[in-house]
Amino acid sequence: MQKYRCTICNYIYDPAIGDPDGGIAAGTPFEKIPDSWVCPVCGAAKADFEKV
Amino acid sequence: MSSIEIKPQVYWVGAVDWAVRAFHGHTYTTQRGTTYNSYLIRDEKIALVDTVYRPFAREMIEHISTVVDPAKIDYVIANHVEIDHSGGLPMLMKLCPKAKVVGTQKCRDGLFKHYYENWDFQIVKTGDSIKLGKRTLKFIEAPMIHWPDSMFTYCPEEQLLMPNDAFGQHLASSERFADQVDQCALWEEAKKYYANILWPLGTVISRKIEEVVKMNLEVSVIAPSHGLIWRRNPMQIVQQYAAWAKQETSAAAVIVYETMWKATEKMARRIAEGISDAGVPVKVYNIAEADRTEVIADMLQAKGFLFGSSTHDNDMLPAIAGFLELVKGFKPRNRLVSAFGSYGWAGGAVKEIEEAVKEAGMEVSLPPLSFRFVPDQTELQKCFLFGRSFGELLK
Repeated sequence: MQKYRCTICNYIYDPAIGDPDGGIAAGTPFEKIPDSWVCPVCGAAKADFEKV
Repeated sequence: MSSIEIKPQVYWVGAVDWAVRAFHGHTYTTQRGTTYNSYLIRDEKIALVDTVYRPFAREMIEHISTVVDPAKIDYVIANHVEIDHSGGLPMLMKLCPKAKVVGTQKCRDGLFKHYYENWDFQIVKTGDSIKLGKRTLKFIEAPMIHWPDSMFTYCPEEQLLMPNDAFGQHLASSERFADQVDQCALWEEAKKYYANILWPLGTVISRKIEEVVKMNLEVSVIAPSHGLIWRRNPMQIVQQYAAWAKQETSAAAVIVYETMWKATEKMARRIAEGISDAGVPVKVYNIAEADRTEVIADMLQAKGFLFGSSTHDNDMLPAIAGFLELVKGFKPRNRLVSAFGSYGWAGGAVKEIEEAVKEAGMEVSLPPLSFRFVPDQTELQKCFLFGRSFGELLK
């Protein structure tokens, strides 16, 4: 599945891992994450991510 | 400087650092020194908003003591983890045993990883507030303005916004308010500060400004953590940030070069004449000698960048290479860029510059210009025409 990078802090969202602390289960594609989700490292918005 | 009342029962109790010239390592040149601003609010409960850099902790405590006994402090608001604002915490917290530290979750984590102290900590989020008596402190999380932990503190009763590292300037002064100092120095330092610290965070800043504007906060004073306090038309700095955040540029050029035996410098000077001849203002910096912090500030709103280097070991020279690495981190957008330089046998510098420019997310808008050894009159004329073409592109 497609990974995405936070353009603010370079954190990589890996769908295989998800973001369990942020309420995103492993296996969730980036597109299915709610828009209110923020980067777990720096707090940037979902809109600040780009495809790796 | 002693404590100064900036609003009824709100005091500046920070410190002026007249001496500092190199800030966080050598990444920022503070030619005019700086201040670490800490604010004390005296109500039924007593709150301190931010502290100072550790070497100034004692001075801050002396300033607090002119207003209240530090032991009476109930809350220490930590808007930001960074040492220049949290460094006073360890000494202060020993003097105020009942005080709670207040900040974001990331602030708590970050402070622990600096000081390894288990202070009583209250985690707050956007919308949370603390009642001090007549006054309230409201919190607005501001992640990546400019660290993940960053937060703004707002006191509605005094219409006072304390946004920590947003809207500041590195400017030491005996005055505390922006309208009391030389306006050229003030704005020069505000721009330097934005360019060198906040430039890559424009999208985050634009959104945060929109969000805060929607909150309809009444703001009559903006009290940042560095430099002067904005009390006369305080929104002017917010509007300026909004413009910078959009990466709005003007028809201006900045030439940054490094040279071995002055051939590349000759090219830089003739190119600058060409740009100027096109009616476009231009600044020229030899990056091995220039103040990086100042160059970055000039680049913030300039539409055109030209980078030059002699070829050395098939590559560009080290100071310009380091500078381009720095520029990459700022993620400049909407710029026109090219390269130039002198070489001896096989070139290389210009190609390496082009690659660095692309890696920084910018495009090369004009084919680079490169000459062997010392440029002759014909070649210098080509430099002039290259500059003029570049100037025309910027208009």
